[in-house]
Amino acid sequence: MSALQKMMGWIDDRFPLTATYKAHLSEYYAPKNFNFWYFFGSLALLVLVLQIVTGIFLTMNYKPDAELAFMSVEYIMRDVDWGWLIRYMHSTGASMFFVVVYLHMFRGLMYGSYRKPRELIWIFGVMIYLALMAEAFLGYLLPWGQMSYWGAQVIVNLFAAVPFIGEDLSVWIRGDYVIGDATLNRFFAFHVIALPLVLLGLVVVHLVALHEVGSNNPDGIEIKKHKDPVTHIPLDGIPFHPYYTVKDIVGVIVFLMVFSAILFFAPEMGGYFLEGNNFVPADPLKTPQHIAPLWYFTPFYAILRAVPPLFGSQFPGVVAMGMSIVLMFFLPWLDRGKVKSIRYRGPIYKIMLALFIVSFVGLGYLGLLPSTPVATLFAQTFSVIYFLFFLLMPWYTSIDNTKPEPERVTG
Amino acid sequence: MKRLKNFLFLLAAVPVLGFASEANIHLDKAPINLADQDSLQRGARTFVNYCLNCHSASAMRYSRMQDLGLTEDQIKDNLMFAAEKPGEQMKVAMTKTEAKAWFGAAPPDLSVIARSRGADWLYTYLRGFYRDDSRTTGWNNTVFDKVGMPHAMWSLQGEMAPVYKQHDGHEVIERLELAKPGTQTLAEYDATAGDLVNYLVWMGEPAQLQRKQLGLIVLAFLAVFFVVAYYLKKEFWKDIH
Repeated sequence: MSALQKMMGWIDDRFPLTATYKAHLSEYYAPKNFNFWYFFGSLALLVLVLQIVTGIFLTMNYKPDAELAFMSVEYIMRDVDWGWLIRYMHSTGASMFFVVVYLHMFRGLMYGSYRKPRELIWIFGVMIYLALMAEAFLGYLLPWGQMSYWGAQVIVNLFAAVPFIGEDLSVWIRGDYVIGDATLNRFFAFHVIALPLVLLGLVVVHLVALHEVGSNNPDGIEIKKHKDPVTHIPLDGIPFHPYYTVKDIVGVIVFLMVFSAILFFAPEMGGYFLEGNNFVPADPLKTPQHIAPLWYFTPFYAILRAVPPLFGSQFPGVVAMGMSIVLMFFLPWLDRGKVKSIRYRGPIYKIMLALFIVSFVGLGYLGLLPSTPVATLFAQTFSVIYFLFFLLMPWYTSIDNTKPEPERVTG
Repeated sequence: MKRLKNFLFLLAAVPVLGFASEANIHLDKAPINLADQDSLQRGARTFVNYCLNCHSASAMRYSRMQDLGLTEDQIKDNLMFAAEKPGEQMKVAMTKTEAKAWFGAAPPDLSVIARSRGADWLYTYLRGFYRDDSRTTGWNNTVFDKVGMPHAMWSLQGEMAPVYKQHDGHEVIERLELAKPGTQTLAEYDATAGDLVNYLVWMGEPAQLQRKQLGLIVLAFLAVFFVVAYYLKKEFWKDIH
């Protein structure tokens, strides 16, 4: 017995190291037919780690103080060794997190990854998405630029639209009558401690649930139905390590090339990742002419604006915006299709999914623009399609003309 | 209470501002070339001479101008008028209260002005001052109507006068005409403004040249890594059918 084996034995008697390694990597059997869309889960994990590590280094020089915050970011950009790199990694990472997560969620929609027995994986995923939105919103206040300030003002004011308790609620959130130093401090605390903890916890349960039931695949069939009679290993399954680790490395490199191209050559991404107006220090006395949230929130912002106020209250819009996310939780039970994957779905689901994607992207685009009557009309149409995709799902998935699923996974 | 009053007053002005922004102002393309060190040095000189009296650039240290090919002594002798040590930041003596009293609004810090305004806006703005006796400063600007800032470089450009034309029943400025020449010709002044904007773009992010250089190295490394990873994956997956 070698020294290494002896040491492993010593540890395994006290901690399930080998067992954990086997259960989650070397003997976690994933379907062998993962395609392009299956890179985004591991990429999301990569970006999470990047955000946490760069975030730690940013907090070493950032000052959560209304008087100092803006210039402390510039201090990081100029006087801290490699500060600009860390800061751009963090700002590019924020947007890329959403790119990756949106593609990851789209994969789930295409292949029915939310269906039985993976309902909890999906629900934990939607919770991760919610936590991520909160994390991004809180973090965006920290540079204390004009868009940070007024974006936060607009979002916190949404809570003021809640009937009866709204005003008190928004003051309670801000800790002041306007966004101020108190708000900045508490947002900082939530951004660097509370939400990262929540996110990490949710990611763990997301993965534990996934590894309990096993991964879905582009065919939407269960590989556990056909196991080797002797070894009980799924016939279409391959060990995650080394097969998917080496494959994911390729995905990681391609992703890092895109990431680096943005980070090093266009960190502002034409104003979509870092807004020009946010290079103006926050000024409570100067409302910018046009306040738009960052691109990853704009679909929901467009839904909010598409709903007309009722008795002068924006509350219906706020409810619609909330519902647009809450509906996602019910997806596993709204879908009554006989098959999971888009490969074997009928034309109705394909059309509905296409319309949904067009609407979501369309809403995202409209949310960036100042509202005009024509834009509002488009936003209303897209919002209706967005909601119908969910609300009519029990009906259209059950009448859809599906194709038979194969017994074993195809290429 | 005064703050609240100011706030309400500004809120009332918002629709007007919104309308003003609707009018599409034509911006001239700024001649930006960050590889041109001579241009950046000239821009730096113009900046410390003409801007740095009222505007600060408090994120920027004098010593950083060494990135523009200047030595510390050159910076000390030619570019530092308001500081003792090259490590100091570009601050100004004027206080915010004084500035407000003199100009109506405190001149903004220019550290990252090129990132918020954009190079083309700055280039057009610096060349857009004209004589306007209805303004207390005597100056107005084509891209920033009723601007509080007087024409700081008037001695270089000279005095411009607006030429009006009719547009939808309104009088609008068609172009500016030289009314009283300055020490530079208009072409020379354009070059001065171009160098200054070039410097402002650099100052907005002094690390940007280093950033692009490093980016090429990183991408080259990833390209090599990609080839290795790709064949590694292929090798492992040989036996999966």
